[in-house]
Amino acid sequence: MELLQPGLGLLVWTLIAFIVVFFILKKYAWTSILTALKERETGIADAISSAEKVKLEMASLKNENEALMNHAREERAVMIKEAKFASDKMISEAKDKAKAEYDRIIAEAQQAINQQKNAALTDVKNQVGALVIEVSEKILRRELANKSEQESYIKQLAETVKLN
Amino acid sequence: MVLKTNLKSLLVAAFSLFIVIFSNSTFAQENNQNTESEAKKAEEKSEGLKPSELIMEHIMDNHEFHFAEVGGTHISLPLPVIVYSPQRGVSVFSSSNFNHGETAYQGYKLSEKGIIEAVKEDGSLDESVKAYDFSLTRNVVQMFLSLGLLLYLVIGVANKYKKNGANTAPSGFQNALEPIITFIRDEVGKSNLGHKYEKYMPYLLTVFFFILINNIVGLIPGTANVTGNIAFTLVLAVISLLVILFSTNGHFWMHIFWPPGVPFLVKLILIPVELLGVFIKPAALMIRLFANMVAGHIVITCFILLIFIFGSMSHVAGWGFSPVSIAFTIFIYFIEILVAFIQAFIFTNLTAVFIGQALEGAHDEAHH
Repeated sequence: MELLQPGLGLLVWTLIAFIVVFFILKKYAWTSILTALKERETGIADAISSAEKVKLEMASLKNENEALMNHAREERAVMIKEAKFASDKMISEAKDKAKAEYDRIIAEAQQAINQQKNAALTDVKNQVGALVIEVSEKILRRELANKSEQESYIKQLAETVKLN
Repeated sequence: MVLKTNLKSLLVAAFSLFIVIFSNSTFAQENNQNTESEAKKAEEKSEGLKPSELIMEHIMDNHEFHFAEVGGTHISLPLPVIVYSPQRGVSVFSSSNFNHGETAYQGYKLSEKGIIEAVKEDGSLDESVKAYDFSLTRNVVQMFLSLGLLLYLVIGVANKYKKNGANTAPSGFQNALEPIITFIRDEVGKSNLGHKYEKYMPYLLTVFFFILINNIVGLIPGTANVTGNIAFTLVLAVISLLVILFSTNGHFWMHIFWPPGVPFLVKLILIPVELLGVFIKPAALMIRLFANMVAGHIVITCFILLIFIFGSMSHVAGWGFSPVSIAFTIFIYFIEILVAFIQAFIFTNLTAVFIGQALEGAHDEAHH
């Protein structure tokens, strides 16, 4: 059957054509296309893996931030607590100190008042004594005159001696 | 699944209808011939229309592009004839000199089967001169044209990759070619050849596109049936045999000549079988592609010729059948477009599978 008999011409030309096409395409097409495709694929794979890496990094950074924030919050609470404690202490100390000072001042004032009072009393006592002596001296000097006069005099004296 | 069964049932329906119609037509023809008055008429008409010859003319190689014959004049494109014979040397001339086999030229004549034979001065066959026909027949010319188209398209795309770099999105025809190339690389190369696939990619891609472009161009009406020619598929099969043989290793041959784990007597049977298998595999490739493409072309020509077969019975039948025939032709045409891709893929894939089998031992050793 002629259909199954390969023609020599077509056989040879096909062989030549295939070899030529193979080498031309290998040199000018397949190598560059395949390397470009591979390059692109590895590029995409790299981009995806690096994106994944960045995502993980971001997550870890976020965690770190959160931890830092928590730590800071705790520290702040501690600091506030401490500050409050210190301020309370200071206030109470100041109050105590003020009270002590006040007490001291009052005590000192009382002491001074008492001192002065005593001094004034002794002074008064001294003056009264002196006056009594003076009056009794005058009385004694004028004892010899009349009795009425004596009495009026004493009265007079007594009037003048009216304690200021 | 639904689509698949739909397609299947459609196919079954189409083919059964075809069989029914075809048997009817032969039946009708027989009836015609049986009636005496119409016998002469039918004979005359069958002389004018020889379907099997027309089909063969369509699927076979030829020394010219023959388009039509109107009123005894051939409308055709003559192609160059290159003949070599040890006695007469090389002769190059146009095939129009043969006058469609009617005249001899430079001592050569075109036989009825389309073979160039050396003739003597008086026109009788010269047995002493052996003529080797290297003519640029229509298959050769069409193959060159389609390969030129292939080179233009593929190199254009390759230049785009070079120009735009790897990291820009593909554009234009690149979009059509890239999925095919990645498909061949991933589904044919990587899945069959493993880590060694890169070495074979240029060959596999060339084979695939070589077959595909010739299949597709061969589907254009009026063109030759290049991939449905046994010489074409023979060359591809021999090349794939060579590639397979060059990929083999000791492990592969050991399995053929001394299959392990088999009793001695079975080995005696297995060895010739295995050895034959080495050659049968590419032979099957050759026949598969050839038969598929020839069958497709025959079916399409048959459907077209049905119009004329009916027309030779009566004009009404011819006109009446033409829509049916054209509908079937279009249907088969779509299938043929599918087949063009599938056959190119199957040839490439099976070649890769065979190369993979040849490589297998080394692959296994590397992993054990």
